Amino acid sequence: MGEPLRVVVAKPGLDGHDRGAKVVARSLRDAGHEVIYTGLRRSAQQIVDTVRDEDARFLGLSSLSGAHGHLFPKVCELLRAEGLNDVIVFGGGIIPEDDRKALYECKIRAIFGPGTPTSEILDFIESSNQMDDAGVGQSSTWHWSPTA
Amino acid sequence: MQELVQAAMNGDRRSLARTLSALENRTINLEQIMAIVGKPVQATKHWQSLAITGAPGVGKSCLLDGLLTVWAQQNLRVALLAVDPSSPRSGGALLGDRVRMTVVDDPVLKERIYLRSIATRKASGSVPLIVADMTQFLLALGWDRVVIETVGAGQAEVRCAAIADRILVVEGPARGDGVQAEKAGLLELADAVIVNKCDLPGAQRHADELRESYELGTGTTPPVLLTSALHGTGVPEAATMLLDLESSGRSERARWRERLLAHHERRILESSKLDDVLKELAVGSMTLDDAILSIGEMNDE
Repeated sequence: MGEPLRVVVAKPGLDGHDRGAKVVARSLRDAGHEVIYTGLRRSAQQIVDTVRDEDARFLGLSSLSGAHGHLFPKVCELLRAEGLNDVIVFGGGIIPEDDRKALYECKIRAIFGPGTPTSEILDFIESSNQMDDAGVGQSSTWHWSPTA
Repeated sequence: MQELVQAAMNGDRRSLARTLSALENRTINLEQIMAIVGKPVQATKHWQSLAITGAPGVGKSCLLDGLLTVWAQQNLRVALLAVDPSSPRSGGALLGDRVRMTVVDDPVLKERIYLRSIATRKASGSVPLIVADMTQFLLALGWDRVVIETVGAGQAEVRCAAIADRILVVEGPARGDGVQAEKAGLLELADAVIVNKCDLPGAQRHADELRESYELGTGTTPPVLLTSALHGTGVPEAATMLLDLESSGRSERARWRERLLAHHERRILESSKLDDVLKELAVGSMTLDDAILSIGEMNDE
C-alpha cells in the first residue's frame, strides 16, 4: 500500500449531529487513511481553509439539518475559487433523493444516506482516487450510484 | 517541485501544504528544498521551535489555542504541527486537534497561523522525526515560530527533545501521590511547566510540589505556571513568558543523547538497504550487529 490518503470530514452549518461523520471517519481510519475531523458547526470558508492547509485529497461533508442545498454548493464554489480543483467531494446525511441531482451537478461525486455500508464509501474512495478528473473543479460528469 | 516550493515561498498556502506532504511522503528531501529556497534559516536570539507535550487529556490543544491567539494578536506568524497517533494495525489515523482550534476561525488572525495535522505513521515515539525537517522548511519560509504538539505522551517520552529548541510540559491538577515517582523523565527536560485546569482542585498544590521537586535538584528551576485554558486564566501571562523562554540548560547532554538516538533511528529507517537487511535477519543469515554495520556502510558511501 502507498502513502495514506488524507481526508477531511467536515460538519458545515448549524447541525449538532455527528454520529454519522464519526462513523465514516472511523471506517476511513481503519482502512488506513488519515482523517482530519473539523468538529461541529463550521462555515464553508473554514472547511475550505482546512482542506487547503491540510493538503487533503478528499472532503466529506455531513449534514442532517436540511441545509445541504445551500451549504454543499457553497463549499464547492469556494474550493474552486481557491484553486482546489482536484479535491474530490462527497456528502452524506439526510439528503432527499430529489435534492441529489443538483448536488451532483455541483460536482459532488457521491451522496451516502443512512444505511450505507461503510465498505461502499471505501469503494467510492478507491475508485474515484484512480480517476484523474473527479475533482470538484474538473471535467468529469461521473458520480457514484449509491445503494442507500 | 521547483515551482511548488517557489509558490510556497511566495506565500501560497496550498503549495506550502503540498510541499509538506512531499516531505512527509519522502518525494523531496530537506536538502533539495533548501537548495531551492536558497537561504539558510537565520538564527535568532530566542527559540524558533517549541515542543508542547504532556499526558493525554491535560488540555494541550485547548491551551495552545489560547497561546496562538495571543501570539497572533502580537503579529507573530506561528505554524503549529499537531501530531496524533497512527493506528499500528491499519496505518490510518484520526487527526482531531483542529476541533479545539478557534484561532483559525478568526478572519484576521488565521492569516498568521498555519495549522497542520500530522500522523506518526511508522515512527516510534511521540513525534515522527520528519517533523524536524518540516520545522526547518517553515522557518526558512519566514514563519516566526514553529510549535510542535506531540501525541499525548507518558512521562518517559523524551524523544521530542530531539527536535525542538524548547520543551513545554503541560500537566493537570491532582496527579495524586504518584507525583514523586513520575518526576524522572520528561519533567527533567522541561524548560517550562504549565499546570492547566487550575480551576479544578489540586492544581495549586501540584504546582507547589513540582517547584519543590525542582528545587531539590541541581541547576535552575524552570518556570511553573498555572492556567485554565477553558476560562483563559493565566494564558496571556503564559504566552508572554513562553516567548522569551530560555533553555533550562540542565539537560544539554540528555538532549544530545535524544538527538543522537533519533538520528540513528532515522538513518536506519531511511536506508535503502533496510528491506534487504530485514530479509536477511529474518532468515538468520545476518546478526543484528552486522545489520547495523551494513546500514552504516551504505550511508557512508
